[in-house]
Amino acid sequence: MLSQKHFLSLKGYIKEDIDKILETAFQFREVLDRPIKKVPSLQGVTIVNLFFENSTRTRISFELAQKRLSADTVNFSASSSSLKKGESFKDTAQNIMAMKIDAVVMRHPTPGSPKLLAEFIDATIINAGDGTHEHPTQAILDMMSLKEKFGNLRGLKVGIIGDISHSRVARSNIYGLLIMGAEVTVCGPPNLIPRYINDLGVKVNFNLNEVIEWADALNILRIQKERMGRSLVPSVREYRSAFGITLDRLKSHKKEIVIMHPGPMNRGVEIDGAIADSDQAIILNQVLNGVASRMAILFLLCGGQPTEMVEK
Amino acid sequence: MKVKRITKDIILKNGKIIDPYNQKIFKGDLWIKNGVVAGVGDFALPKSSGMQTIDCTNKIITHGFCDLHVHFREPGDDDKETLQTGAYAALAGGFTRVCVMPNTKPPIDSPESVNFINQKAKNLPIHIHPIGAVTKNQDGKYLTEMRLMSKEGAVAFSDDGLPIQDGAVMRMALEYSKLLDIPIINHAEDECLRAEGLMNEGKVSTHLGLAGNPDLAESMMVQRDLELAEFTGAKLHVPHVSSKKAVNHIKRMKSKYKNISAEVTPHHLFFNDEDLMGYNTNMKVAPPIRMEDDRKALIQGIKNGIIDCIATDHAPHKAEEKETTFDLASFGMIGLESCFGAVNKILIKENKMKIEHLINLLTINPRNIMGFQNDLFSLGAVAEIVVLDTNLEWIFSREHIESKSINSPYIGKTLKGKVVHTISRDFVTNLT
Ligand SMILES: [Zn+2]
Repeated sequence: MLSQKHFLSLKGYIKEDIDKILETAFQFREVLDRPIKKVPSLQGVTIVNLFFENSTRTRISFELAQKRLSADTVNFSASSSSLKKGESFKDTAQNIMAMKIDAVVMRHPTPGSPKLLAEFIDATIINAGDGTHEHPTQAILDMMSLKEKFGNLRGLKVGIIGDISHSRVARSNIYGLLIMGAEVTVCGPPNLIPRYINDLGVKVNFNLNEVIEWADALNILRIQKERMGRSLVPSVREYRSAFGITLDRLKSHKKEIVIMHPGPMNRGVEIDGAIADSDQAIILNQVLNGVASRMAILFLLCGGQPTEMVEK
Repeated sequence: MKVKRITKDIILKNGKIIDPYNQKIFKGDLWIKNGVVAGVGDFALPKSSGMQTIDCTNKIITHGFCDLHVHFREPGDDDKETLQTGAYAALAGGFTRVCVMPNTKPPIDSPESVNFINQKAKNLPIHIHPIGAVTKNQDGKYLTEMRLMSKEGAVAFSDDGLPIQDGAVMRMALEYSKLLDIPIINHAEDECLRAEGLMNEGKVSTHLGLAGNPDLAESMMVQRDLELAEFTGAKLHVPHVSSKKAVNHIKRMKSKYKNISAEVTPHHLFFNDEDLMGYNTNMKVAPPIRMEDDRKALIQGIKNGIIDCIATDHAPHKAEEKETTFDLASFGMIGLESCFGAVNKILIKENKMKIEHLINLLTINPRNIMGFQNDLFSLGAVAEIVVLDTNLEWIFSREHIESKSINSPYIGKTLKGKVVHTISRDFVTNLT
């Protein structure tokens, strides 16, 4: 159904495949609005959610997507596994494979680990975030939410605000949006924007007010608390003074700009609670679209047939 | 690879002899009798029977290669490599003389441990020279007993693997080394700038999301070391130069201070960071493989004599240390067996250098840096000879590896030029 067996990265992804995923996702979105939100599309398909890093939201979103598709799922998290006992990544992978698994959804702190997993085992691998590399399903749901709001992604101007260096959300969004014909500007502290970011095809602007004037939508990245106080981000108020999505700042711009956030939010840090709760934020749509997007990706990769999809 | 003890005289017949000591190239034969050179070029062939003749038509006969930078992991990690298996890897690559780095377990940081290496290595087919640690336990703080270690046979000093961060310690080491007139080798990396860097900081690391190690982590440390060398008047050898910036620093310093030498590895000449696009852990090395621009500068640095020699930084690791996620994978690759095919392909085939220049980089230049015997075609010289086929294109594979470890990114790559025979002491390879 898609050109690639796995879903590891949006770099070099084919536009037609993204179109197909988005189109399918919107169809599943309708399913989610029905009283019975379940389709039998992936009956008999076994999926493991392999989480080497805590991420309640992403895991729940995937789990829900799998349940809505009637797949059998098993959760495997690093804290409850043999990993703490020093079992190697390869052994963990092969153990899981020995249990006859069709697909693995993996979150791992190391860039490239989903690709390594795909080399070790036969199952379809879906990257649920690999360290500071990519989070491609997040980019799909972000694009779906933008498409829902604006109708089209071509020509759309999107600002990504925050710590770009350490953001998997930023990378996947950049790749995906550019493939779909949108324009992207990244904005954040200069020491948290990679020196070679231009190679990804984006513009860089350190002035948030200019980016707000330019953009149709802003994707606000979470500022990791552990970066505070180190040489990366001097303090919360220092960060907010230049890059905070504050009520005051948005008020001073005479335009309605769409605000997204991949979550979890630090209210009062990178974004004011009042903005997050306002009409211009589509943050909760992102959450719902996350389930629909992940249903679409799982469905298209795990052998679902188009006719099965709409069955009740 | 077959290795045989020489029992008869050997005549290398009708080869192109390249003599790096006299800088001469001529057609002729070479006679080895009782493990020493008995005749070169035109000489009256002995009449005795029972000689073994090797036809060297269209082959090059030259000095055995010398590698100033290998890790043979003994003592402590002999499941990765031993002096013995390392020696065989060297023979396969045409190396008859190597210097082993002291970052073993425990490190080579005392006269006794230098002696341990020498005792273990003395009957092996190649010459193995220990490099001693600069600081005790390689912790970058207190100088080792360099004079006593040198008397036991340490040929240079290095904390390789661990950069000497403290400039005052580096200064003391350089000053003290003048007593011995042997080089100090510092793995040049500013650890703070390197931070958690896993590969070169550049476009590729940005795409891959891997923490970058910037070129200036190397070049700033190289610059510090160069200035300290000039300031102290000591001998400095810069290992595994990887960046354009470092080449430029060495170039500038060489124009005013002569006691400096530099090496480059085959992998920094052969690969660039685009080759890491697939997160290949066998390409994870320190210093990292850098950008194409750096690779070109290294080649240019060789062409204009800024870089003196090629050293493999042969660094064996167990399969499981590489078959893991990129952050956990060990740094280093093996490099002895693939060296000549790799550098000959890059420098001669692709960059049109002269073969005799490449041979200098592998033979006389490294020997001169360490003060080793360098007139190897003089009558009576202990055999250190290599026979090369410079035209053969071949695919490097597992079967070419003699090392105990197989962490090589060259597997599956086409190389050009191959070592046909290595003659070292009284051993010869690939002779039926
Ligand atoms: Zn080193």
